[in-house]
Amino acid sequence: MSSLMKRAGKLIGTEIIGPGLAFIAVMLFFGLAAPRFLSNATFGSVAFQLPELGLLTLAMLLPILTGGLNLAITFTANIAGLTVAWVLQNHGGADASLLVFAAGCALAVAAGALSGTVMGLVIAYTRAHPILVSLSMMIFLRGLGEFLTRGGDISGFPSFISPIGHGSIFGLPIPLLIFIACVLLWHVLLMRLKLGFNIYMIGSNIEAARYSGVNTRKVLVLVYTLSGAMCAVAGIIMMARFNSVRVGHGESYLLITVLACFLGGVNPFGGFGRVIPVFVALVVLQLLSSGLNLMGANQHLATAVWGILLLGVMIMRWLVSWLTLSNTYRG
Amino acid sequence: MPKLFHSHATEIVLLAVILLISMVLSLVTDRFFSLGNAFDLLNTSSVNIIFAVGLLVVLISGGIDISFAVAASVVQYIAALLLGQIGGGGWLSGLIIAGGLGICLGAINAFLIHRFRIISIVATIATFNIYFGLLMFFTRGVSIYDLPDWLTQRVVLFEREAADGSWAELTLPVLIMVACVMATWTLVTRTTIGRQLYAFGDNPEGARRFGINVGAMHFIAFGWLGLMAGIGGLVQAHYAQEVVPNALYGRELDVLAAVVLGGARLGGGKGTVFGCVLGVLLVSITQNGLNLMNVSPFAFKMVIGAIILLAITVSSVRLEKLLPFMRAPGERT
Repeated sequence: MSSLMKRAGKLIGTEIIGPGLAFIAVMLFFGLAAPRFLSNATFGSVAFQLPELGLLTLAMLLPILTGGLNLAITFTANIAGLTVAWVLQNHGGADASLLVFAAGCALAVAAGALSGTVMGLVIAYTRAHPILVSLSMMIFLRGLGEFLTRGGDISGFPSFISPIGHGSIFGLPIPLLIFIACVLLWHVLLMRLKLGFNIYMIGSNIEAARYSGVNTRKVLVLVYTLSGAMCAVAGIIMMARFNSVRVGHGESYLLITVLACFLGGVNPFGGFGRVIPVFVALVVLQLLSSGLNLMGANQHLATAVWGILLLGVMIMRWLVSWLTLSNTYRG
Repeated sequence: MPKLFHSHATEIVLLAVILLISMVLSLVTDRFFSLGNAFDLLNTSSVNIIFAVGLLVVLISGGIDISFAVAASVVQYIAALLLGQIGGGGWLSGLIIAGGLGICLGAINAFLIHRFRIISIVATIATFNIYFGLLMFFTRGVSIYDLPDWLTQRVVLFEREAADGSWAELTLPVLIMVACVMATWTLVTRTTIGRQLYAFGDNPEGARRFGINVGAMHFIAFGWLGLMAGIGGLVQAHYAQEVVPNALYGRELDVLAAVVLGGARLGGGKGTVFGCVLGVLLVSITQNGLNLMNVSPFAFKMVIGAIILLAITVSSVRLEKLLPFMRAPGERT
């Protein structure tokens, strides 16, 4: 039993403690305060809302683990959505076939990956700060999207797209299934693959990683490329959920994804952090907003509470380290 | 001369780029090279420059702040309500109220960062969400149009009629902006506190062992940004003649890009007021020029993003590598 616990601990890591406690606290609080909270409706709404924010958070996670940031995620997702819409519109609009949609998705992922690759190349070869590079990419992509759409939205998609945003298989929402598949993909990437190991190495100490023979430039380019590709997946899901594409959809998610990563115990300087705690943190955020909704508050209050939650977890972490420090001095 | 070039490389490159763009724009458009347009540029970029010099101080001290633009919105709203309650007032009381509120909001950030050892980007992303969420929750997104007369009254400091009959006007925001820039310049280059901020930003642990009061550094840097955010918020309300709770949402990233473009380093210890002003001006001159060249407004941001991306790429490739003769003797690259 204890070896099983140890293995489970190794699999998820100690970062789970923060979001885990927050999860229990949120469940207890809303379970007692709002009687309708522990119902299928709540979990249904969480399951449908989780994927958009979740996929973008996964896109944010890899750059943060290398000690960077990708501020272009939301607009990369928008551009990917636009790519699909453009392919669909040019091949029959609402009557487009499944094959056209698949081609559009492939092109969208390629477009997202391309924007990531450009950022990765600039970051890896000029050593410019990732915040700045991705920030200018964000401004560029926003401009590009607004230029192409003239600020309007594009709709009129084939009917088979809607289930991707709203349908269910065996009672599980399709977007949630896609999201969980991506979570597992990222988990395997970080825990099992050489690339994942190199990402942690670079996040801890990029110079040391370079001297140990890691091709840091290649890894950085790959990280931002993968991040861009994940944004594209988020963009396609968003398109299916809103049944339209507009530049600016999901813009407010940008800093929330960073918040979710930090809440999930990811080190802001990179090098430490796992996927599963971030997943739990995302669930906590969605539960909080659904719970507050049930109690009659709006999304803005939920945003403020998300901020307070992040501060709370950070202060708790400080308290724990302070207590252990004072204990070691005494003992 | 090489020494000056060496110590102010970013500023000189920026200045050269600005001059180049200005020359091209003067030749391409007939309206760019005029007093009226220059004044317009200053009038419109005042608020951003005020924010930028505030953010510069935080960047020098090794921190980063995401929350200042939203804090400015909060200050705007509260100040507008307070001034309405008091009735009357004037620029002096307005600036004191806005500046004071701004300092309080900045001090909250500094307190979290210093007391609980939270990294500044985490703390300010949290306060960003808290400030904005609470502001939108309590105001329900309702704008205030009923501002005191003195706040909405345009104050023209200097005006001159151009040959074609249009008026070139320099307005109050420019005066406030110049005052803020001068004050920040004095703070960072002419006071002991300023030198300590650079030392602290470059090497916090070294600065602490040297006897610099680390807590004071946090409070001064974030307090100064809060002050500038408050003043900038009030000036923005004056300029726009209304208070819209989400008007400044997203401004923080634009200002951050401009400041870092001006040579401030994310990570601390580097950056000048002059470079920071040039960074903001480069972005606004480009925007202004595109406007005068009748480029579609939808393409603006695309071009600006591309220019910033290009500027970073070029400026991060070390200048000394391109110009080997500029290298200081004995320096390794």
